[in-house]
Amino acid sequence: MPEIKVTPLGAGQDVGRSCILVSIGGKNIMLDCGMHMGYNDDRRFPDFSYITQNGRLTDFLDCVIISHFHLDHCGALPYMSEMVGYDGPIYMTHPTKAICPILLEDFRKITVDKKGETNFFTSQMIKDCMKKVVPLNLHQTVQVDDELELKAYYAGHVLGAAMVLIKVGSESVVYTGDYNMTPDRHLGAAWIDKCRPDILISESTYATTIRDSKRCRERDFLKKVHESIERGGKVLIPVFALGRAQELCILLETFWERMNLKAPIYFSTGLTEKANHYYKLFITWTNQKIRKTFVQRNMFEFKHIKAFDRSYADNPGPMVVFATPGMLHAGQSLQIFKKWAGNEKNMVIMPGYCVQGTIGHKILNGQRKLEMEGRSTLDVKLQVEYMSFSAHADAKGIMQLIRMAEPRNMLLVHGEALKMEFLKGKIEQEFNIDCYMPANGETITVSTNPSVPVDISLNLLKREMALGGPLPDPKKPRTMHGTLIMKENVSLVSSEQALKELGLNEHQLRFTCRVQLQDPHSDLDTLHRIYTHLKSLLKGYTIQHVPDGTVMVESIVIKVSSSAEDPNNKVLLLSWSYQVEYSIITTIIPAMLNYLMSSPT
Amino acid sequence: MAAHLKKRVYEEFSKVVQIPHEEAPSKKLRLSKPSKSAALHVDLCKASNSTDALQYLLQFARKPVEVESVEGVVRILLEHYYKETDNSVRLKIASLLGLLSKTQGFTPDCIVDDAINTLSNEKSHQVLAQLLDTLLVIGSQLPDTPTIRLRLIHVACKHLSDTYFGVRNKCLQLIYRSIISDYFGDQDPRVRTAALKAMLQLHERGMKIHQVIYEQACRLLSDDYEQVRSAAVQMVWVLSLLYPESIVPIPSSNEEIRLVDDAFGKISHMVSDGSWMVRVQAAKTLGSMLQVSPHFLVQTLDKKLMSDLRRKRTAHERAKELFTSGEFSSGRKWADDAPKEKLDRNTVNLIASGACGAFVHGLEDEMFEVRIAAVEALCQLARSSPSFAEKCLDFLVDMFNDEIEEVRLQSIHVLREISTHITLREDQLDTVLAVLEDSSRDIREALHELLCYTNVSTKECIQLALLELLKNLNKYPTDRNSVWKCLKFLGSRHPTLVLPLVPELLSTHPYFDTPEPDMDDPAYIAVLVLVFNAAKSCPTMPALFSDHTFRHYAYLRDSLSHLVPPLRLPGRKQVFGLDSVDSGSGSASVESAQLFLQQSLHRVSTIQNLEAPEARELLNFTIRDLQRLGELQTELAGAADFCATFLRCQLLLMKALQEKLWNVAVPLCLKQNVTATAAAQQILEETYKLEFLYSGLESRQVATIHHVRLQAKALQLILYARSRQGLDPLISCCEKFLQDVESFQRLFLSELPHLQDSFMDRVCELLPRLTSCKPVEMVKILQSTLRQSGLLQLSLPEQIHRATATIIEPTGESDNPLRFTSGLVVALDIDATLEHVNDPQNTVKVQVLYPDGQSHVIHPKPGDFRKPGPHRHRLITQVYLSHTAWTEPSQVEVRLLLAYSSSSSSSSSRLGWSDGADGVIPPSEATVEGTIPFSKPVKVYIMPKPARR
Repeated sequence: MPEIKVTPLGAGQDVGRSCILVSIGGKNIMLDCGMHMGYNDDRRFPDFSYITQNGRLTDFLDCVIISHFHLDHCGALPYMSEMVGYDGPIYMTHPTKAICPILLEDFRKITVDKKGETNFFTSQMIKDCMKKVVPLNLHQTVQVDDELELKAYYAGHVLGAAMVLIKVGSESVVYTGDYNMTPDRHLGAAWIDKCRPDILISESTYATTIRDSKRCRERDFLKKVHESIERGGKVLIPVFALGRAQELCILLETFWERMNLKAPIYFSTGLTEKANHYYKLFITWTNQKIRKTFVQRNMFEFKHIKAFDRSYADNPGPMVVFATPGMLHAGQSLQIFKKWAGNEKNMVIMPGYCVQGTIGHKILNGQRKLEMEGRSTLDVKLQVEYMSFSAHADAKGIMQLIRMAEPRNMLLVHGEALKMEFLKGKIEQEFNIDCYMPANGETITVSTNPSVPVDISLNLLKREMALGGPLPDPKKPRTMHGTLIMKENVSLVSSEQALKELGLNEHQLRFTCRVQLQDPHSDLDTLHRIYTHLKSLLKGYTIQHVPDGTVMVESIVIKVSSSAEDPNNKVLLLSWSYQVEYSIITTIIPAMLNYLMSSPT
Repeated sequence: MAAHLKKRVYEEFSKVVQIPHEEAPSKKLRLSKPSKSAALHVDLCKASNSTDALQYLLQFARKPVEVESVEGVVRILLEHYYKETDNSVRLKIASLLGLLSKTQGFTPDCIVDDAINTLSNEKSHQVLAQLLDTLLVIGSQLPDTPTIRLRLIHVACKHLSDTYFGVRNKCLQLIYRSIISDYFGDQDPRVRTAALKAMLQLHERGMKIHQVIYEQACRLLSDDYEQVRSAAVQMVWVLSLLYPESIVPIPSSNEEIRLVDDAFGKISHMVSDGSWMVRVQAAKTLGSMLQVSPHFLVQTLDKKLMSDLRRKRTAHERAKELFTSGEFSSGRKWADDAPKEKLDRNTVNLIASGACGAFVHGLEDEMFEVRIAAVEALCQLARSSPSFAEKCLDFLVDMFNDEIEEVRLQSIHVLREISTHITLREDQLDTVLAVLEDSSRDIREALHELLCYTNVSTKECIQLALLELLKNLNKYPTDRNSVWKCLKFLGSRHPTLVLPLVPELLSTHPYFDTPEPDMDDPAYIAVLVLVFNAAKSCPTMPALFSDHTFRHYAYLRDSLSHLVPPLRLPGRKQVFGLDSVDSGSGSASVESAQLFLQQSLHRVSTIQNLEAPEARELLNFTIRDLQRLGELQTELAGAADFCATFLRCQLLLMKALQEKLWNVAVPLCLKQNVTATAAAQQILEETYKLEFLYSGLESRQVATIHHVRLQAKALQLILYARSRQGLDPLISCCEKFLQDVESFQRLFLSELPHLQDSFMDRVCELLPRLTSCKPVEMVKILQSTLRQSGLLQLSLPEQIHRATATIIEPTGESDNPLRFTSGLVVALDIDATLEHVNDPQNTVKVQVLYPDGQSHVIHPKPGDFRKPGPHRHRLITQVYLSHTAWTEPSQVEVRLLLAYSSSSSSSSSRLGWSDGADGVIPPSEATVEGTIPFSKPVKVYIMPKPARR
């Protein structure tokens, strides 16, 4: 039985550092190559030594696929390709390819320039790495080699996020990356056709959550921001540089315009301007509304949102600031947070998921005193709000995707173990399929049942048609005679042709049967009597009296001979080939015997 | 032959036969049980004649047959069948075969051959039909055997050429049932779709679809292909309409539910389908499943929230709770959405079975088409169920923040439609009012319209609404009329809520005099409109007014009488006697007015008996009365106007006929002749107005109008004959008139009996003579009939409305001419409301009249018409003006025209032609086309300047 093996190097029962190895049909594929936000040491990157202890990865991997540009999905890419060594193709969608290097560069800057780490990848490495990238289009089937093919589907989540169908022969795996089943202000909902993969590898960040409708969330968010602004407070919204940030920008921008608000909205760092540029370009990847209206006005050309400068943080009066990174673990958002944390008029809105160990996670859990680097503590007086704006599918969304794709097996990654456990139970109960949730380094093996295509020779098929009967119904199996030949490819031919091809002689198998009986008539007479009797008995069969002293019923041969010593002792010889239906034989013999026995001598 | 046979069959069925009681039935039963077939065999053999045999069979049919003996019984029946000569017995046997093959657990494949064989020798058509029916049953028992299906179809095709309808009918059923539903499982999705569509088409053409298909259709809902799923949704829907109350089992449980509920659940599921076409279809379909149980309906809005396995309340629930506890949501409270109770793992159902949350999904869909469909469906369902309306309110209010304008607009409209069922809470109103700042005029106006119909619960709501409306007025001054109107309704709807706000609104102070507000301030007028309308049903309110308020009231009552109601103010005498009539309770005054109208009409109908001058007098008075009545009672304006116009026509006719000129030689009375001709012309015009300007006419009234028109035509003919312009034209005129008469007869065949004793009645009597005689003679006959014929009585339908149009913009008040370069165009914005106009897209035109007499008729685009309410349209369009250079500014007139053409738009012709006439429109009728001006002209000051070189 062929098998598909899946081993998560990261993101197994964990969020962050997504990296999953898949072996399918003899091909090895790496899905995502991310970093972990919560660590600053070696645990930050996946353990590539699992693949090979020494030497380059190129020999062991057929391709690498990056689902989207978030760092926990692509952060380790330059490290892997340039420092560990990989020269094979890296697949990602066009927007991901465009935006990914910006984020990697930003990440590099923070780590190297700010924290002063050494032995980290350089800008040149990022560039070299990006040269290995092969872009994907949605719904385009890309042939990696003769057998391995990829197809990308829209995943929502962020601009350019894709789900990938990996197919070798009839075996297939779908990797969802991160996806979102509810459309939002700038992205559509994930969609996949009924591809019925052998394994569906799905993220499960919100495995135990069913979220409120998005309109309620939006209204709540706007209300909170509005009230804080009216109080004269400052609002900090830590965001991942890209993705949620654009979503919230569009939301606030339209709200500001509608309510005619004057308080400034800032967006930190120049990186976003670059990114926004790409957002304006990749309009086809956004939702229906933006796609339809961009001719009149590109929604990503913000009127109210300006670039942030560090000095603005001390300005008096209300303001809204979007700052990176999203989990308050480093960078500008943390700086601003430190500045504003002391005033209870201010507010921080955490719009997404926070990994354990980050400050974001701590304050969300109600911690009001934080230990900072250098043993200082920070009193958190500002309000902390949590608005689930993460563009991940909730439990219902995951179930919806399973219903759309109809996989044979299910594999959960990118989530917390306890929550996965729950969802696993639900999936097994609802869909009656196996569901796995491997930990990092644990291998899951799924055996598949691939169908083998067989060429059938046209002659054989025509002959089968000529035999009549109802027209072939593809839903019902039908038996036919033929010979299966396995050479380069498997084919089904008629037995004659097979013999010819193999250069063998045809052998005929015949069964014979002797019946001894007493009959005073001459041989010829007996035979004739048998002939006339059978003729009257078996209507609808061809019965021939052949001059050479045999009677043929279809292909059954009947001969009569008498033994030399006693002419009355007749031997009846029946001979038939193996194809003859047994029922004819069983009718002929007893009928004949009965007749001969009972007939007057 | 067939009829004869049938008769015989019935005779025999209805023959009463004394059945000899079989002795010891219990004992015999036990004996015969193992070999029922044998018993039957004996019985049948015993039967001496066909009647007896039939009787036995009938008896036999009443008892159930065990599975194991079915085949034996069938064999015996068949054996007997071949022997039997009597048709009725064979018929019964055939039907028994069908009955038997339905036995549970019995697979009838063994008797197919026999059943088919019986067909070949059968001569009687009824028996044939019955046999085919049996085959139909057998076929439906064996769904998965293609060979048998093929044979059945073959048999059916062979008998399609039968002469008896019953046989052909059964054959076709056999073919359609076995063919089409078998292809539901075809390998190719296109074939599956086509099969479903064919079935739907059969349904549309009145063929009964069987419930058996339901299961198949449900299976197709999860097909791989969207067209199939889409068609399957329709199929399931159709079945749910056909068999709403039948019971279907829920798989994997023992429970059973109504089919319509089951279908509703399944279609709800499709709202989260992968293809948006299917989603749209599903969402639309849900709206028309009104028979679904309320329990299921509520589930569509339910989406159980949870967070880390703990139940969470939705924001809607939270808002409601805050409201009921009297505290407005601060949004400040930390973790007020913190999950409360712990959920049991096993009860959390992630794939919502059935209808759960269908609309929550639909309203959040990416495609606005789906969202609109969902909103519409919500509307339809909410209209039929007040409790559901209450529940879906939150969701609709949420939709006001949709990103697509169409969706927002649609949800506002929907909310208006269901607003009779609901009362808005303050937080909901808040969200609603936020939309007033929308930059789109359509949205704002739709919202004003909504606020007119809205009930609110507290005085804070009123204050909030007023505040937002004033803000709106400030921001968009063009909304003035709409805002005022909105406040008028808001005031009259909530007098008690306005009362405590009055001092604040009018900024009065107990001790100090406050400055008198500016009377021209639209905001102040808005406040006054609100207060005065509330004061109408709140007599204590005027006591709170200050002096200037009373003065302003008097001013506004005059200048904006449609917005300010009459009030009984203390210390003031009633200025108009009118007011007291109006302020009397509405319905009673309408009734009395109605009575008055009827009486006037009745009085007129006695006119036959009066001498001419008195008759004329009476008509004059009645017309005056009716006109006045129309002014006083707006509800009856249409009817009163209609009657008045009709009577005026009669009056004109009467005058024209009463002239003494008829006895005088023609050349002596040219002048009178001219007035009579003018009268005839005017009557003709009035009849067109009568016919096309009023909606709600029934064919009786249309016939009356046509009748008057015919009289006018007759008058014209007579006058024409008197002017003596040669014989040839006269002949053609006579022919034309006769054609008119004929077409009248054809159109109003059903109304002719009601026109007794009228002109037409007599003409019809004389028609043979008229057609044969010479024109001159014909004219003479007509003249005498016309003069002798009396007044036609007018009966009134329930509701008559006159089409009216008011041009709101341009107002015609501007003194600044629109300047533009001659030869180029200037766009003039036109904003008008139309009431009671049917199909305005085709009938309403804009006419521009230049001072030099030149006139243009402009057809507005269909998209320029909006429909803010029932019987109401709004025309917002631009017309382009252009002219050569003028020396000084001058005025052009703009007015609206109602175009008509009797061939296409007259309801009469539609009525007349519907019953089978082959649509040959008489030429005289086809050519009548014209326009009726139906709005007051508005003058616009323009100035085309010569182009500068």
